[in-house]
Amino acid sequence: MSILVGKDTRLVVQGITGREGRFHTQQMLAYGTPVVAGVTPGKGGMTVDGVPVFDTVREAVEKTGANTSIIYVPARFAPDAILEAADAGVDLVICITEGIPVLDMVQVRRYLDLVDVRLVGPNCPGVITPGEAKVGIMPGHIHMPGPVGIVSRSGTLTYEAVYALTNKGIGQSTVVGIGGDPIIGTTFLDVLKMFEADPQTEAVVLIGEIGGTEEERAAEYIKAEMTKPVVGFIAGQTAPPGKRMGHAGAIISGGKGTAAEKIAALKAAGVRVARHPEEIADLVAEVLG
Amino acid sequence: MNLHEYQSKRIFAQYGIPVPQGEVATTPEEVRQIAKRMGTPVVVKAQVLVGGRGKAGGIKLARTPEEAEAVARQILGMNLKGLTVRKVLVDPAVDIKDEIYLGAVIDRAQRRVVMMASSEGGVDIEEVAARTPEKIIKVPVDPFLGLREYQARWMAQAIGLDKAYFRPFAKIAMALYKAFVDSDASLAEINPLVITGDGQLIAVDGKMVVDDNALFRHPDIEEMRDVEAENPFELEARKYGISYVKLDGEIGCMVNGAGLAMATMDIIKLYGGEPANFLDIGGGATAERVAAALRIILSDPNVKAVLINIFGGITRCDEVARGILAAMEEVKPQVPFVVRLVGTNQEEGQKLLAEAQMITANTLSEAAQKVVSLVKEQAA
Repeated sequence: MSILVGKDTRLVVQGITGREGRFHTQQMLAYGTPVVAGVTPGKGGMTVDGVPVFDTVREAVEKTGANTSIIYVPARFAPDAILEAADAGVDLVICITEGIPVLDMVQVRRYLDLVDVRLVGPNCPGVITPGEAKVGIMPGHIHMPGPVGIVSRSGTLTYEAVYALTNKGIGQSTVVGIGGDPIIGTTFLDVLKMFEADPQTEAVVLIGEIGGTEEERAAEYIKAEMTKPVVGFIAGQTAPPGKRMGHAGAIISGGKGTAAEKIAALKAAGVRVARHPEEIADLVAEVLG
Repeated sequence: MNLHEYQSKRIFAQYGIPVPQGEVATTPEEVRQIAKRMGTPVVVKAQVLVGGRGKAGGIKLARTPEEAEAVARQILGMNLKGLTVRKVLVDPAVDIKDEIYLGAVIDRAQRRVVMMASSEGGVDIEEVAARTPEKIIKVPVDPFLGLREYQARWMAQAIGLDKAYFRPFAKIAMALYKAFVDSDASLAEINPLVITGDGQLIAVDGKMVVDDNALFRHPDIEEMRDVEAENPFELEARKYGISYVKLDGEIGCMVNGAGLAMATMDIIKLYGGEPANFLDIGGGATAERVAAALRIILSDPNVKAVLINIFGGITRCDEVARGILAAMEEVKPQVPFVVRLVGTNQEEGQKLLAEAQMITANTLSEAAQKVVSLVKEQAA
């Protein structure tokens, strides 16, 4: 078992003929991910590494039975790509694209609520279920199958945690990058609920950062409902207020969203909080016993 | 991108929000002429991109054109929280009976635009929010419906406005929402929205922040960018697609990924050092971008050592190592470097660096401890 992606994933790649899309399609195929279709408007009929390309997502879904979409199209076309995937009948849309205007995402997010389609991202590394499917840009070789679910707002910081776990011989059930933008499709809370219900997952790692109050909401859920142990890490303890730290969402504003507040909330919920990324693996080893 | 007060108020005026008919000046003489033409009293306001200008002495009332020139002489060139004042706005003074707050922000938890109003205008709204949150009225706006008039009326009633002001207040709130959406703002606020002695509503101060990711469809707003008002190195970094924020410590950092960059700063602090900057070179960095990043880090005279932390996922470590070496050749730094390269092709990358006699580390902890002890040795 796993969450979001796995053996049943049938993937369509939107933007498959672009530089990024083509490169990562090769990487995903090499990992064994079932990539069944690609879409680039106007390039239907081509193939990319043996994958058939269609003009629309609707056609790709009809002809190949794709149930999951991954989006590599540039920011100004990405909102349209997300909406197209949602209307074409896939269950899950994973948007890698960085730099989508926030107000576009406000509209997209509102529409997805109406049609009940799940979005992961944007501005995220994607989702991987080690040994089954890699739907994203993360380096596959650092992962190994196992009992730990990971959910994170940051890309390379997640790789760091995965690498430390794998080096200790601890594998992962599913690793979910939810993205660093202010408006995202899937939150910590959503993923924690999925891990709580997933039989393969025995412990969860939550990697947050400054900005917003999603970590605090996650802490409330952990305290009230979660039975599985959670290890946390929050980046940005040294970040000054009012300065955006790269991610569009990583900013302490109005004195809210500091690392100290988030760490306190997590600790109060019984979460073991690591002081640095490598310590995450040590704490996971402890909670797994 | 932050807009100046005068720029924000110009946008508000285009949407029919009443604002004082002010003018911008760069010299005290100009200020005197404007005040003479406009009629006194006037308010001379520093145009810098920081909050708390009034308390810092950047906003002054003048009763005569001569006095306006004198206060402009004090304000122009003054240093406000690290920024030099190069422009002032001269506004006709307004007869203030009452001050309210009206703003629009993106609310992440609600995933939409939220309008905010408060009877406590004119002061730091964040303080009001912290001390008396019940005094801030919030209304979430459905993106497909926009702000409706009844919602604005509810806000007016909730902040205790007199019935006579419901209509004009609603008009201003709806105009502010429209200006916000049309400009792709992430914040727009009127603070204070003044009720004058003769019963008019007027936006005396304004502030807008526009979403950088949406500037491609707003060339008119992009043109308002005041490059003199920004940190030159942060500006240079943006040109190369690098995120850089200068801090006050002595250990320069170059990292790929925003979260990892923050975690690297944090671990330096954990081991007793102070980071000199946040820097994210982004994905797929070229040698050119690596060189630019190193130039920017080393332009800070406080930097006594540099920590490079790269987790090569799709990025190949040997490529990064070549980039670093090429950049070192070009920049010829006088401070020690500690490099930690992990991930794809790490053996090749580490070998290249070892041949160049660079100090390397296998883990982030080891790298942080090494760079902190290097700085401490220099100090000893």
